[in-house]
Amino acid sequence: MYVAVKGGEAAIDAAHRLLAYERRGDPAIPEITHEQIREQLALAVNRVMCEASLYDPDLAALAIKQARGDLIEAIFLSRAYRTTLNRFGYTEPVDTGGMRIRRRISASFKDLPGGQVLGPTFDYTHRLIDPALAQPSAISEPSRAEPHHAAAAPHVTALLDSEGLIEPNQRPEPDAAVADLTRGALGFPAPRDLRLQALARGDEGFLLALGYSTQRGYGRTHPFAGEIRMGGVEVSIIPEELGFEIPLGSLMLTECEMVNQFKGSAEAPPQFTRGYGLVFGHCERKAMSMALVDRSLRAAELGEETGAPAQDAEFVLSHADNVQATGFVEHLKLPHYVDFQAELALLRQLRAEWEAERASAETEPRGDTGQGAPWTEAAE
Amino acid sequence: MTASTPIYNFAYLDEQTKRTIRRAILKAIAIPGYQVPFASREMPMPYGWGTGGVQVTASVLGPDDVLKVIDQGADDTTNAVSIRRFFEKTAGVPTTTETEAATVIQTRHRIPETPLAEGQILIYQVPIPEPLRFLEPRETETRQMHALQDYGLMHVKLYEDIARHGQIATTYAYPVTVEGRYIMDPTPIPKFDNPKMNDCPALQLFGAGREQRIYALPPYTQVVSLDFDDHPFERTSFDRPCGLCGSTGVYLDEVVTDDKGGRLFVCSDTDFCEKRRAAGQRGGASL
Repeated sequence: MYVAVKGGEAAIDAAHRLLAYERRGDPAIPEITHEQIREQLALAVNRVMCEASLYDPDLAALAIKQARGDLIEAIFLSRAYRTTLNRFGYTEPVDTGGMRIRRRISASFKDLPGGQVLGPTFDYTHRLIDPALAQPSAISEPSRAEPHHAAAAPHVTALLDSEGLIEPNQRPEPDAAVADLTRGALGFPAPRDLRLQALARGDEGFLLALGYSTQRGYGRTHPFAGEIRMGGVEVSIIPEELGFEIPLGSLMLTECEMVNQFKGSAEAPPQFTRGYGLVFGHCERKAMSMALVDRSLRAAELGEETGAPAQDAEFVLSHADNVQATGFVEHLKLPHYVDFQAELALLRQLRAEWEAERASAETEPRGDTGQGAPWTEAAE
Repeated sequence: MTASTPIYNFAYLDEQTKRTIRRAILKAIAIPGYQVPFASREMPMPYGWGTGGVQVTASVLGPDDVLKVIDQGADDTTNAVSIRRFFEKTAGVPTTTETEAATVIQTRHRIPETPLAEGQILIYQVPIPEPLRFLEPRETETRQMHALQDYGLMHVKLYEDIARHGQIATTYAYPVTVEGRYIMDPTPIPKFDNPKMNDCPALQLFGAGREQRIYALPPYTQVVSLDFDDHPFERTSFDRPCGLCGSTGVYLDEVVTDDKGGRLFVCSDTDFCEKRRAAGQRGGASL
């Protein structure tokens, strides 16, 4: 005998206790700390900070621990916390030209002021699993440049700019508000500041695939990695009551400037154009993907042919947010039995009509065309 | 990092955010059926799981309210339990499963069988607020279609249904016209529930968190399900009563009772069914 299912509350509690138990894993293995995650899984922490739009390595590390290493879940946890925070002001724009460089490479020039700095990179490693890492091992000291070596490293695009070979960056209106999609609904057409914000917090995998698609011909942008730089920048704020800049601290950022071919149009001479990527922490793949997609989304404003997925702002921006995407995809887990019931009833009815039509068609002589069953027509 | 628990505002959202959401709600009430964009916040539950409804509820809820939360008509489905607990924890308001006792009802996919009354607020969770979305994926296009009341595409779709299936083959999220102006998505409620929206004494609010839209039906708004003169809207009907309480003219869930084709049809509205049984009503499957 059927008894109406009760006990949702008890089941939820039990499931969450089980989750906590599974999260801990084998109790004979020492529990991981969020400090260990912050220090030793730093790139995971960086990705969470970047896509959560919240620069807090400790919080991101804790979120990764709570999420059992599921980074989208960790991003979600950090976002849900972020949205409860008060805004007490807006910082001044950071100066990435004055970045304390930890890594800086240009694929466009062999050498340039400030030099090429490889920094901590997987590039040129041979991807061979290292059995030595299975055991704790001593780490040799990295080599350090002499302080006076830290020469000024102007942006590659600034070097091109001085020759007029690249489109100038548009100067913002000093008092113009910057778009903020965490404080207003996303609308179209989306201006570039809003697009860049959406891309900066967009899913790395989604942007990677879109950027890749432009390289394979779906909206080619002919990019050169003008420059990728990673390092610390100072953040400062001008409190209204003081009227002068106060440094708040520093951020690690990765910035990518793509330099793209442009054949010119009736309005603009042939020149290089820009695609821009800027993300929290060391997230190079994301910064590069972002720069590719940013440039693609400018196709219409530059009078280029459009139609590729990566050139479609409404398509890209509406689907780049992985917290939104995962929520809606996974909501299919929720009960839908009311709607399913409605569909069941309709399907049974349509099938009954189809059977009846077919039975009556079989009793009639063949060749009697014209009045076929609507369902049969649809199947053709 | 401190281990202290963050203290949240009443009903979780800060007052500034609630004010912006209330402004969107007021605009929605002023233009029934129109989708008002609003700055949806990340909530501590996933997008697509009721974040729009939760934000609307959080914005209209006061300490004196009594809250009911249902999903698929039932108070004890897991997501309804989760949302009810969220407000018990963050707002401390009393909750109920009784439709009559609630001042605010948040729902997913159903309208209660017990008629709603003046003073009540029914808040729907909305997955896709745009009724034209599956005909035209671009928001820029659909907003213009609404502005121009250009609904030909929808009528063609319904006509094609009739040409192909002999009827309008939409059983849930069946589109409606509000006060003769906007076509509105009633959310994925079964079309069985559509007539309850019309001339309803309660205020009906709709929140779509991921899609950042709020819309509303003020009390006693005219809501008409789309149809044609020669193919009028038909409400789904069931050929049997509830197996537990014997009700007819209510929406039923089909429950699989064994692997030999055994089925039991029971009320989807658990509160309604329990009340009937408490009053001594019995269906064919009752002990």
